Amino acid sequence: MNILYIAAGAALALSAAFSPRKTAEALKIAARKFWKILPQILIFIIAVSVVLYFVPEDRIAEILEEHGLLAGSAVAAVIGSIAFIPGFIVFPLCGLLREHGVSYTVLSAFTTTLMMVGVLSFGLEKDVLGWKLAAARNISAFILAMLTALVTGLIFGELAA
Amino acid sequence: MKKGDIVNLCLAAAFVVFVVASFVFGLQPGMKLGRISWDFTKTMILMFPGAFILIGLFEVWIDRSLVEKHLGETGGLLGYFWVLLLAFSVMAPMVIALPIAKSLSEKGARLQIVLGFLGFSTVCRIPMSVFEATYLGVPFTLVRFMVSLPLIIISSEILGRLFVPPSAKGGERSIG
Repeated sequence: MNILYIAAGAALALSAAFSPRKTAEALKIAARKFWKILPQILIFIIAVSVVLYFVPEDRIAEILEEHGLLAGSAVAAVIGSIAFIPGFIVFPLCGLLREHGVSYTVLSAFTTTLMMVGVLSFGLEKDVLGWKLAAARNISAFILAMLTALVTGLIFGELAA
Repeated sequence: MKKGDIVNLCLAAAFVVFVVASFVFGLQPGMKLGRISWDFTKTMILMFPGAFILIGLFEVWIDRSLVEKHLGETGGLLGYFWVLLLAFSVMAPMVIALPIAKSLSEKGARLQIVLGFLGFSTVCRIPMSVFEATYLGVPFTLVRFMVSLPLIIISSEILGRLFVPPSAKGGERSIG
């Protein structure tokens, strides 16, 4: 977060030094674009909050612990596709789950879908890619995440080849 | 403003009214929901202005011809390498990568490369990967990189060929 603002601040200062006019234009573009997607961001925030309300992170952890390798991976992939949890929360959580004996396969299915498949952010994605392509990208990302989990399971010896 | 946006804003306003009313009348579930969304809003909202400032600067300073040359039709597979480097530096989740992808597309990057960027930015942002390796081990992260990166390129190539880039359609549907 801080690095983002250091980068943005430095770039802004540099830009202003070269051309205040262009910098002002950049800020105008930034404000216009932000304003344009703000309604989608708000809906996204509300959707994530409602999901977190009904299925809090500790409940997700319980669910991941409850199931075995194959069912667990499938459940993990579905939860990962729907939920939205920032990395700085999810990885410590996964580290803990690992200590509790949850397999790498399940954790891979969970974290990869969590990052790549965005059911709750679909509204934002639809605006960029169009809904057909956004849907296709999410489906292919889901398959990709399952393949990644599969290979992870094979390499870590959790799945027999 | 589009019709969908108005609906979304009304929904958001209704949500805020519900949460505020919950606090006024001491409705526990509503208060809990309010606290969850406030926490999440603080994490999310702070990322957007910084990201959009960088996007704005990208739009005014980077020439379209430069993007077209390296990430467009003439860029070839090397384009994936450039967006991989860009993706390494993304510090936020996919919702932030989306407007960046939009700008790349508007500047003339081809759809395959835009999709590649989106995929890379979800899987291998450096700050996140460091975090991941810390908690789940370097082998776990390496396996993920080695399996998912080629798959992202393959799926981007397939999807990029199947779909017409939204920016090429023009008008209302266009990226932007």
